[in-house]
Amino acid sequence: MSSRDVVLARVRRALADVPRDEGPEDVPVPRDYLRAHGSRTAEERVALLAENLAEYRALVHHTAADGLTALVTRLLDEHGARSVLVPSGLDPTWLPSSGPTRVDDRAASTTSRLDTVDSVVTGCAVAIAETGTIVLDGSPDQGRRRISLIPDHHICVVRVPDQVVDSVPQALERLDPTRPLTWVSGPSATSDIELDRVEGVHGPRKLEVVLLSE
Amino acid sequence: MRVALFVTCINDTLHPDTGRAVITLLERLGVEVGFPEEQSCCGQPQFNTGYRHLTEPLVRRFDRAFRDYDYVVTPSGSCAAMVRDNYPRIAERATAEGRDGRELAEAAARAVPKTYELTEFLVDVLKVTDVGAYYPHTVTYHPTCHGLRMLRLGDRPRRLLEQVKGLELRELPGAEECCGFGGTFAVKNPAVSAAMGADKVRAVRETGAEAVCTVDNSCLLHIGGMLRREGAAARPVHIAEILAATEPDARKPAGTEGSPR
Amino acid sequence: MSGTYLGMPAFPAAAASSTQDTRLRANLRYATHTIRDKRARAVAELDDWARLRAAGAAVKDRTLRHLDHYLEQLEEAVTAAGGQVHWAADAAEANAIVARLVRETGEREVVKVKSMATQETGLNRALAEAGISAYETDLAELIVQLGDDLPSHILVPAIHRNRGEIRDIFRERMGRWGRPAPEGLSDAPNELAEAARLHLREKFLNAKVGISGANFMVAETGTLVVVESEGNGRMCLTLPETLISVVGIEKVVPTWQDLEIFLQLLPRSSTAERMNPYTSMWTGTADGDGPRTFHLVLLDNGRTDTLADTVGRQALRCIRCSACLNVCPVYERAGGHAYGSAYPGPIGAILTPQLRGTASELDASLPYASSLCGACYEVCPVAIDIPEVLVHLRERVVQGGKVTRRGVKTVLKPAKGHAAERAAMRAAGFAFGHPGVLRAGQRLAGRTRRLHPRRLPGPGRAWSDTRDLPPVPAESFRDWWRRTRGEERGK
Repeated sequence: MSSRDVVLARVRRALADVPRDEGPEDVPVPRDYLRAHGSRTAEERVALLAENLAEYRALVHHTAADGLTALVTRLLDEHGARSVLVPSGLDPTWLPSSGPTRVDDRAASTTSRLDTVDSVVTGCAVAIAETGTIVLDGSPDQGRRRISLIPDHHICVVRVPDQVVDSVPQALERLDPTRPLTWVSGPSATSDIELDRVEGVHGPRKLEVVLLSE
Repeated sequence: MRVALFVTCINDTLHPDTGRAVITLLERLGVEVGFPEEQSCCGQPQFNTGYRHLTEPLVRRFDRAFRDYDYVVTPSGSCAAMVRDNYPRIAERATAEGRDGRELAEAAARAVPKTYELTEFLVDVLKVTDVGAYYPHTVTYHPTCHGLRMLRLGDRPRRLLEQVKGLELRELPGAEECCGFGGTFAVKNPAVSAAMGADKVRAVRETGAEAVCTVDNSCLLHIGGMLRREGAAARPVHIAEILAATEPDARKPAGTEGSPR
Repeated sequence: MSGTYLGMPAFPAAAASSTQDTRLRANLRYATHTIRDKRARAVAELDDWARLRAAGAAVKDRTLRHLDHYLEQLEEAVTAAGGQVHWAADAAEANAIVARLVRETGEREVVKVKSMATQETGLNRALAEAGISAYETDLAELIVQLGDDLPSHILVPAIHRNRGEIRDIFRERMGRWGRPAPEGLSDAPNELAEAARLHLREKFLNAKVGISGANFMVAETGTLVVVESEGNGRMCLTLPETLISVVGIEKVVPTWQDLEIFLQLLPRSSTAERMNPYTSMWTGTADGDGPRTFHLVLLDNGRTDTLADTVGRQALRCIRCSACLNVCPVYERAGGHAYGSAYPGPIGAILTPQLRGTASELDASLPYASSLCGACYEVCPVAIDIPEVLVHLRERVVQGGKVTRRGVKTVLKPAKGHAAERAAMRAAGFAFGHPGVLRAGQRLAGRTRRLHPRRLPGPGRAWSDTRDLPPVPAESFRDWWRRTRGEERGK
């Protein structure tokens, strides 16, 4: 008997009290919890996202499309970035034409190579106002999971209000579970020392979120 | 309205003054109170220590003792919680073990809705918060765990205390933390129980109150025992004894309404 | 270089010494009170918390009542997404599977994400015996590993250490495992975190094998979810070529939609945040992004025995948030090590004696490690009635009865050492069943009350070491009633 069979047989014996004709759906799950906590206009939703991101120490910036390149240029410059990682599908006009060296996200790049890059610029899949979360799903404008992890400075561009939802339930509805997903709520942090929150352990210590009005 | 006192085994044996205070208080509010002598223990010590089977006869006895009454009032949050939370459970388990739990279930069904902790009975049934008491002392109130989290007494005891003439209520720091009694816990884990008790006693002393009151003498047994061992001035007193006190009693110092603890 | 819970004393003895450790108590008091207050604020933000909690409990109950169905569905989905599923009946088998999978990669080093399941199985020790070095990468787990210590909290394993102790451990031990601590390292938390970042980065960049647990597994899609804060999880889950996840079978949830409940309940209950900094979700393997090989090891190790107990089963709803630890007055005084397992605190007191059984003195003492104050039940995001299960397990200890051990139904004998208590309970039961006997006893006590000592000998000393006994009154309530009212109104 394989261990698979052993474990499944144990499970079935353990559930002798469950009536044979009971199906999983027969166990009621009350779903009367809220789909969102409050109703907001698009503007209020974006404002809440900004507020919650900032509370978790992300740096939040607002811009219209015509100011985006200048803003990204300034943020890279302020960080002192000499190189910037770029996902293959990122709109090339978002980045300065001169300035930091552009490093393309290639499967062949070693982790040690990525470790030498200063900054990364990505888009996002969805942002959650109530929790101050941005979600990356590996689409071409976001690249592989590792590129938003190894550089110490992450600039994430969120198209507002389209990409912003109120709540966790609304975000899950928009996401595709077959893609690798990374939910980011503020920069890397730890509370392991006396439960004091310290920003910046292994992930990017500086998270800048650009709210791009369309 | 036929009202019975369920005095509880601890009060019966160690704190008869609390039982007498309930009688005095309720009679003053115009309620006639009976004391069926067939009553004994709710079964909580046995149940919580793992002797559930020994509690089954006590469920039946409770039902028999109080069958002729509309209300059962008890000056103990934890005993009221035992009846309300665990009597139905005792019946369910008996059935689950393949025995006939119907009799126990019926006993529980009769006992549960009519059993009230004293402050619940005063506020919810008699709908009074001013019981005409006079107690010119500083008092701090410790909400017991069973009163707080199982019975959800909320602010009922506080509302009653606030109406007592002469009484000054002092906030107890960390009030919602367990005092560390926990029945046999105090004996099985004496070090942790004493550490919890020491923190509670420190909080009581910080208030500078003359008395610490609760809805349960079992917690007071623990808190009071530690206060006395430390030689602290604060005295343990059951809320029933405060609510029963009136002008002439009040010349005595706090906590000496009956025998000292 | 990791401690072991084997051979630890029973809870009361361990707790007796830890309550004397004033530094430990100060560390714990500060930390637990900080997080419990934050949790209360985070939970109060959501008006529908009670409904989320009820839904979370219901989803877990649905899963547990049909666990075979969901496990098979999960296996199929993970396999279809390119993962390989392994089944482990116990800890030894899980460890052997992992050791074999690592050896097959040709590697001798692995990086690990904090995982309760691998703490439970003692994986690091087993890997060390197989010649494989496992590096813990969570900051607290690193502190524990470097200090040759044991975790004492589910969320914050080094909660028993303060910043000065952590600095000393880093200064003395980091160099033995890789990059040493920077010169002149202070005890400032940000400097300590930076030292961990530098020490671990070389491990992450070179790692070929990562080992993780998971907070949730979605049966419908085959998705695994890891919730974390530091980014060490993301490193381990995405940089290595091979990922091995060891996950308890109870961690499965039916649908993708169900995550909407748990991703609200868990962060607020655990770190008291609206959302933790990083959550990773992956479904099998993805082309060019992350590990090329993914293994899922499904762990039983006593879970099916727990499932067989209709009262104790609810412990398997646990999502390991540790809210119950942070509010527990017993945990706060005794510390996590006294519980003698990877699962300390109230949840450990009901989980450990079910996963391991109650045969050892330690495990039999755990159900009594509670004053039954109920604070744990109140904060539990999946409504596990911990006091109910504690009392149920006490019954198992003192009375024995039917249990399932390693999948086999057996009848347990009452534990030794409870004979005197049993006799006393029966005697009390007799008196309470015969109020005449009770009355006689009360009268005897009343007549001899002047002789009663304030301090007791024998087992009663445990009570009277720190507390005075109240004097026995001259007259019981029932005697007073009979004397004053008995004739006209008593029954």
